[in-house]
Amino acid sequence: MDLSELIGRWPLLRQLREGDRLGLGRAVQSPRTQKLEPRTAAAERVVKSVCPYCAVGCGQLVYVEDGRVTQIEGDPASPISRGRLCPKGSATKSLVTNPGRELKVKYRAPYGTEWQQLGLDEAMDMIADRVIETRRQTWQDSDDKGNKLNRTMGIASLGGATLDNEENYLIKKLCVGLGVVQVENQARI
Amino acid sequence: MGSNMAENHPVGFQWVMEARLRNAKVMHVDPRFTRTSAMSNLYVPIRAGTDIAFLGGIVHYILENERWFDEYVKAFTNAPVILDARFQDTEDLDGLFSGFDSEKRVYDTSSWHYAGMPEQETAGERSKGGTKGEQSGHGAQAGGLTGGEPPEEDLTLQHPRCVFQILKRHFSRYTPETVAEICGCSEEQLLEVAEALCENSGRERTAAIVYSVGWTQHTVGVQYIRTAAIIQLLLGNIGRPGGGIMALRGHASIQGSTDMATLYNILPGYLPMPHAESVGSLEEYLENHGAPTGRWAAFPTFSISQLKAFYGAGATKENDFCFDLLPRINGDHGTYQSALDMLEGKVKGFFLLGENPAVGSANSKLQRLALASLEWLVVRDFVEIESASFWYDAPEHETGELRTDQIATEVFLMPAATHVEKDGSFTNTQRLLQWHWRAVEPPEDCRSELWFVYHLGRKIREKLKDSTDAIDRGILALDWAYATSGEHEEPSASQVLREVNGIGPEGKALSKYQELRDDGSTSCGCWIYCGAFAGEQNQAARKTPHWEQGPVPSEWGWAWPSNERILYNRASADPQGKPWSERKKYVWWDGEKKQWTGLDFPDFTPDKPPDYRPPENAKGDDAIRGDHPFVLQSDGRGWLYAAVGLMDGPLPTHYEPHESPFDNLLYGQRSNPCAQLHAHDLNRYNPAKDDAFPYVVTTYRLTEHHTAGGMSRTLGYLSELQPEFFVEVSPELAAERNLAHGDWATVITARTAIEGRVMVTERLAPLEVQGRKLHQVGVPYHWGSKGLTTGDAGNDLYSIALDPNVHIQEVKAATCDIRPGRRPRGPELLELVASYPGYEEESSDASG
Repeated sequence: MDLSELIGRWPLLRQLREGDRLGLGRAVQSPRTQKLEPRTAAAERVVKSVCPYCAVGCGQLVYVEDGRVTQIEGDPASPISRGRLCPKGSATKSLVTNPGRELKVKYRAPYGTEWQQLGLDEAMDMIADRVIETRRQTWQDSDDKGNKLNRTMGIASLGGATLDNEENYLIKKLCVGLGVVQVENQARI
Repeated sequence: MGSNMAENHPVGFQWVMEARLRNAKVMHVDPRFTRTSAMSNLYVPIRAGTDIAFLGGIVHYILENERWFDEYVKAFTNAPVILDARFQDTEDLDGLFSGFDSEKRVYDTSSWHYAGMPEQETAGERSKGGTKGEQSGHGAQAGGLTGGEPPEEDLTLQHPRCVFQILKRHFSRYTPETVAEICGCSEEQLLEVAEALCENSGRERTAAIVYSVGWTQHTVGVQYIRTAAIIQLLLGNIGRPGGGIMALRGHASIQGSTDMATLYNILPGYLPMPHAESVGSLEEYLENHGAPTGRWAAFPTFSISQLKAFYGAGATKENDFCFDLLPRINGDHGTYQSALDMLEGKVKGFFLLGENPAVGSANSKLQRLALASLEWLVVRDFVEIESASFWYDAPEHETGELRTDQIATEVFLMPAATHVEKDGSFTNTQRLLQWHWRAVEPPEDCRSELWFVYHLGRKIREKLKDSTDAIDRGILALDWAYATSGEHEEPSASQVLREVNGIGPEGKALSKYQELRDDGSTSCGCWIYCGAFAGEQNQAARKTPHWEQGPVPSEWGWAWPSNERILYNRASADPQGKPWSERKKYVWWDGEKKQWTGLDFPDFTPDKPPDYRPPENAKGDDAIRGDHPFVLQSDGRGWLYAAVGLMDGPLPTHYEPHESPFDNLLYGQRSNPCAQLHAHDLNRYNPAKDDAFPYVVTTYRLTEHHTAGGMSRTLGYLSELQPEFFVEVSPELAAERNLAHGDWATVITARTAIEGRVMVTERLAPLEVQGRKLHQVGVPYHWGSKGLTTGDAGNDLYSIALDPNVHIQEVKAATCDIRPGRRPRGPELLELVASYPGYEEESSDASG
């Protein structure tokens, strides 16, 4: 590379020569940075989604590469958010990919001092058994005046405001079937 | 008011800023100066817990200065209705309404009715009184109203017992002087807000009111919102563009979870859970909860279609559509009552599905001890939250109140799938359903709640399939046939949405709730969602960009009901059906085509002319006049006065918070007489006006954190941005109590003491209240013992003192003490708290 070419690459000169006076654009690009692409460019799929935090309902775009989420950004098409996300919404990718996520079932036995690992299917079986047993123990056919109750007061459920409508519907339907009336979510709080 | 929109709903706040750029006047009334205040034209600081007084001052201003929107009020509200002669107001009874039973602390509401109404009451257990009762799912029943018209009216609004005159009298003492004294603001500030609202009322202009949990989390929370409704009805701001009352909710689908009824007192679509004492048969249920007039007259079609969705082909006319199998309620079975029952050993098993009461619920210490009293607990979350780890790291281990080897609770921590790992819809705070698609498979054993609930139900049914025990009939009778796919056998969320939407006799998805029938030929999980799958298309999945749509983006998602973006929008036209003004036109009557039309889908019978008058004994929608927009109400009007539906009064009344350093300046009745209080040694209340607790303490949220922190304190960026729990005080309070910015402070109530770093700011300025200086302490409530940033839980400070209508806790206003330094460790913490006064109180001897 000759000297004039080297000097010609000098950002200060390029700022003056190329009209990028503030040095925020072309003037400060190198051959390497010119080739840089946002990680969203390599995405195989862009999936439309909705922010999982507050109830404004900002649109999100989920970028996927090799079966992994590589970025989550605001969706410009949304009439609600017009592409914007707040700090929480902007951190959504780490909600999905953060290393602190639990990936296996953890089990603590009565009086136990440690977590144990449990297979998913085994855990589901154990939970089903607990529900059946507690229902039997605590079932109420009727009150002391003979009015029908048809329920258990031994089981309660809390949660739903962060979940999908379809999930909430199924929670309620199952609880109605089981006679569990203490079904609640954050709307109460 | 009651909202810090700029920080807690920042992206929604862009629209407030857009409005301001178009010369809208933005006003913020709040105990704390926030970024919302900074972006407003006017900021008014008030004492936490005094919003009804402030709003009452606005009502007073409107009525005294004759600033109401007369045409709207006379035609669209119940202002002219004459009330029962037995009704007595707080003006007559020093802060109580007629019908109060001082022993049980509940109202007999029969004297609150419209004059000339039959004695019959239709609201289930409410009519019986005497229990910690429960609102039914909807408040449409105005007694036995026939023909949709109240029996006695005075259109001149002069009759002394008409709603308008009662309202005027009720708010007559909410003068600027008194309001200023109660709230700690100046008279000028109140008058500026009131005048701005009045200036923006009428044919050409509207104003909107925004609130959040700053309004709901009080022992009088429902009445806060009622007061706003009165203002908006008087000023003609409901059902019109730029008007309304906007509830900004805090979770992605908290609206949807309310609609789908993961709440004990309702079934999906706000149908009441049957009550043991008032409902034996399906017939009684339909009669008690239907209404002869208005949209709720179709209640039997909603209910029977729902039973068909629950029980499928097994639900027949012969077996009352399996109504017999539904469990019954008979009291408050809300989450706070459940926690108290865990401590008693009554509740043995608990599911936590994305919720963290060990941090997020009031009196979180009581909540943690409740968890430690369970036999088994299932926690489904992304990370190990405090409600899963309490058995080894709750703060009560330090004080000796908990010991790991003595806690019998069996804990299952089940890893959950995130929203990008499953299909489904959220309903946002504007009733808008938006679909999200699965982008990737959930890792390892992470699963959706849809998977968990479906397979749990499948397993239970499988295990019980040969049972002949009567108690298993309900679970075996459920229609639980859901298609699954993929290696995880994930159920289809769109199949569930289609079931919620409803299916007609031909097996096709229904397109509107008017198609529902009460003969078992239709099924529908939730009537207000009927249409979300119209034409076999997932309407929630529509994502037409806003630049391809007009000002009302009807093709982005789907809003319930019927994709209407503004409820009661018939009120956007005048009684004759013409837009109030060109500037504010939205929905109007097209006289040539003989139908309602406009920018939105009309929330009204499409071909009912404005001059329609119901014939004698008309039923349902036919009983609602063509100029009455509030079609869910049995009289079609907006209720300035709520004759039914509320436990604590037909009109809002300022009561002091349950814990307050002041007397009620307006009445002898100090706090809400119906507030729901629970006596328990873990739930001691601070005595009112006690020198030991001279300050007001209020909770709030930060932009960078999400409620109890499970989705934010666990993430690197957000934890770096807001790394530590703090306690916010003014420079004056810091001087009074020797608190130094950045040092530690301990905040104490009768429940416990917590510590946090002192943050001295001018945002929580002291106020002049009733002749003395009042300091307020601010506490963000996101922290707990787990996550990347940890700290004491703000909710530890609060008691379980609840609104009687909805059982929501009062955490926006209580009293406290504050002192410099860290809190004691070990049993000394308990000694410190015990050195403060406290007492137990139960609001009623009737338990749930």
